[in-house]
Amino acid sequence: MRGEGRALRAVVAAVLLGGFVLPIIAGFAQTGRAAFGVLPAIGANEWSLAPWIKLMGLPGFSTSLRLTLVTGIGSTVLALILATGFAALMHSRLATTRRLLTPLLAAPHAALAIGLAFLLAPSGWIARILSPGLTGWDRPPGLATVNDGWGLALIVGLLIKEVPFLLLVIGSALGQLPVREQLAAGRALGYGRGMVWAKVILPQVYPLIRLPIFIVLAFALSVVDMAIILGPSNPPTLAVAIVRWFSAPDIALILPASAAALLQAAVVAGAVALWIGAEKLARWVGLWWLRRGGRGLASGPGLMLAGGAVFGLLALGLLALASLVVWSFAWRWSFPQALPESWSLKGWMTPGNGWGRALKASLVIGLATTLASLTLAIAWLEGEDRARRGRAGWAQALIYLPLLVPQIGFLYGLNVLFLAIGISGGMLAVIWAQMLFVFPYVMIALSDPWRALDRQHLRAAAALGAPPWRRLVAVKLPMLVRPLMVAAAIGFAVSIAQYLPTLFMGAGRIATLTTEAVTLASGSDRRVVGVYAVLQAGLPFLAYGAALLVPGLVYRNRRGLQGGAG
Amino acid sequence: MSLDLTAVSVGAKGGAPLFAAITLRVEAGQVGTLMGPSGIGKSTLLDAIGGHLAHGFAVSGRVALDGRDVLSLPAEARRIGVLFQDAMLFPHLSVGDNLAFGLARSIRGAARKVAVEEALDQAGLAGFATRDPATLSGGQRARAALMRALLAQPQALLLDEPFSRLDADLRAEIRSFVFDHLRARAIPALLVTHDASDAEAAGGMVVQL
Repeated sequence: MRGEGRALRAVVAAVLLGGFVLPIIAGFAQTGRAAFGVLPAIGANEWSLAPWIKLMGLPGFSTSLRLTLVTGIGSTVLALILATGFAALMHSRLATTRRLLTPLLAAPHAALAIGLAFLLAPSGWIARILSPGLTGWDRPPGLATVNDGWGLALIVGLLIKEVPFLLLVIGSALGQLPVREQLAAGRALGYGRGMVWAKVILPQVYPLIRLPIFIVLAFALSVVDMAIILGPSNPPTLAVAIVRWFSAPDIALILPASAAALLQAAVVAGAVALWIGAEKLARWVGLWWLRRGGRGLASGPGLMLAGGAVFGLLALGLLALASLVVWSFAWRWSFPQALPESWSLKGWMTPGNGWGRALKASLVIGLATTLASLTLAIAWLEGEDRARRGRAGWAQALIYLPLLVPQIGFLYGLNVLFLAIGISGGMLAVIWAQMLFVFPYVMIALSDPWRALDRQHLRAAAALGAPPWRRLVAVKLPMLVRPLMVAAAIGFAVSIAQYLPTLFMGAGRIATLTTEAVTLASGSDRRVVGVYAVLQAGLPFLAYGAALLVPGLVYRNRRGLQGGAG
Repeated sequence: MSLDLTAVSVGAKGGAPLFAAITLRVEAGQVGTLMGPSGIGKSTLLDAIGGHLAHGFAVSGRVALDGRDVLSLPAEARRIGVLFQDAMLFPHLSVGDNLAFGLARSIRGAARKVAVEEALDQAGLAGFATRDPATLSGGQRARAALMRALLAQPQALLLDEPFSRLDADLRAEIRSFVFDHLRARAIPALLVTHDASDAEAAGGMVVQL
């Protein structure tokens, strides 16, 4: 009995070690070697600090670093403030606003960024709607509203993705707390709503959303696709600069690029450390503030401001997605017109122009990574069940690892290894690399519903003589169809959105909707880019739609599995 | 058939046992009763007998069915059925498929359907085979759960407070329904309950934990 599922757990452990942990470590090791001068493939064999010295001297380096810190930390702090303010205002209605958030959560960063550029650019939709009536412009003004030197457009883009994500995790954290009662208790003691929120609710919510905040911070500091589309271009943020150096014609730049990739990882680690320090300080200051007993009746305006800003962001995000659709069907649309003068299906009628192939590649990679990740997640969770034990802390950390370390820190190094074993530039390499980021999300999405399954159903099945495999196939999986579909949809959406793994591992030979959309985003015909971006944003939507629809159809005659289960 | 517990105790691995070891023999068709305060480990003891112990718990002593030691077997090979507080009908299967779930593989083809129909008939659920378990009343669910357990031809049945969610009238009815079936099939059973009337109705020996 003690050996139950031992073979299964051994297989899962081997796959995770060989498929996930080793590639990340080996990728970092390769990057690290190159950062200190050793990359035999380009004839560099001497250990030295030269790459670092060269990096410091690269044009725009210090500006890039500053931009990364400002946009990354700035957007995360702002997103947290806005999301908590909005939640304080709307906590009883968070569930209803969730519908508004879903499209923004599902849309890949690149598609949203392209839509936002369509919206905010001097020749964008907003300028067209306001012109010439309010602005007097009859041609696009020479303003840098996108790709501005301060990274403001990038911060707005990041906020539109991060605020909904934080609202989602805050919403589920609030579900675990007796918010209504505590608010009533606090207000009965004379504290204003905002004060109870800040002094009572928030300190309880924060520990529950800490890890997602770190993920947001790490992501915002190292994002590439959104920063290419919305961020400053010359010099760009550090992560974008690194990608440019890695793919520059001058292969000698690979060494300083590797140094910068390590630096990028250090920036993320440093920012997380800084954040933890700030947490300590905030705790100390917060306690002092709390013990003074201020009632703060006038906290309303601040909350209203945050709430208004969040609604503004949500509106921008939804308009950005709409602008993608409008542009993809537009034909003649000269500047100050608010809507296209003529519409056309031309962009959509010619899959041969490239989007057909990109769509196919995206679908194949997305389905393969999703299926493989789902299988591995099921195997892992089933192994835990058979061992009848929960998850060890290190295993939990392992799941989050790929989400916390910057992709660029190890992907280039990993590709050096993929080149050595001869799979670079192939589908397998791209699928493997994407799985590093898809699997964690699938695992996170599936773990809680899997554990929430009533164990007595499984005991009943065992008592009826069903061995472990039959319990899995005939009881667990059918009862978990809804969360399995949701996890698959999330995995698929994450895969569709992947940019760097496809770019590096595909070695330019594999073009997905995402890599094409990002490449075309600057300077290409908006009608063509629109088609790519609509497809890129549309696939995750379809996946989520199917995830909601299919279980409902399969179990239309089973009341016990409608809605609630999972 | 008989269910024998010899010096059985459970507890956290390496820790103290939850209760003093118990020795108990339940003859075929009898219902033994375990009573005691909440949290003393009654349900954990049933888990141990049925093979469902959570990780970190250990059982000591001997549990035998007709002299056959079962503690080394996995749950699915022990042939010990369980009824819980909730009927635990699988929500994704129809009532008929729930009953067929436990039916031995050796019963094939049309005979499976006949066996299920007969069992439903005995439970006053004739014609319910295609129904969604979620649409059944509490009493109907409890009877269906017993029939599902019996179709697996258990050599013993564990009753983990199966009547506690039912109101008083229904409770007496379902209780005698379950006990009558156990007697008719000469299956030994062990009942965990808080309710003295359950123990009285069971009529077997009562062990206080």
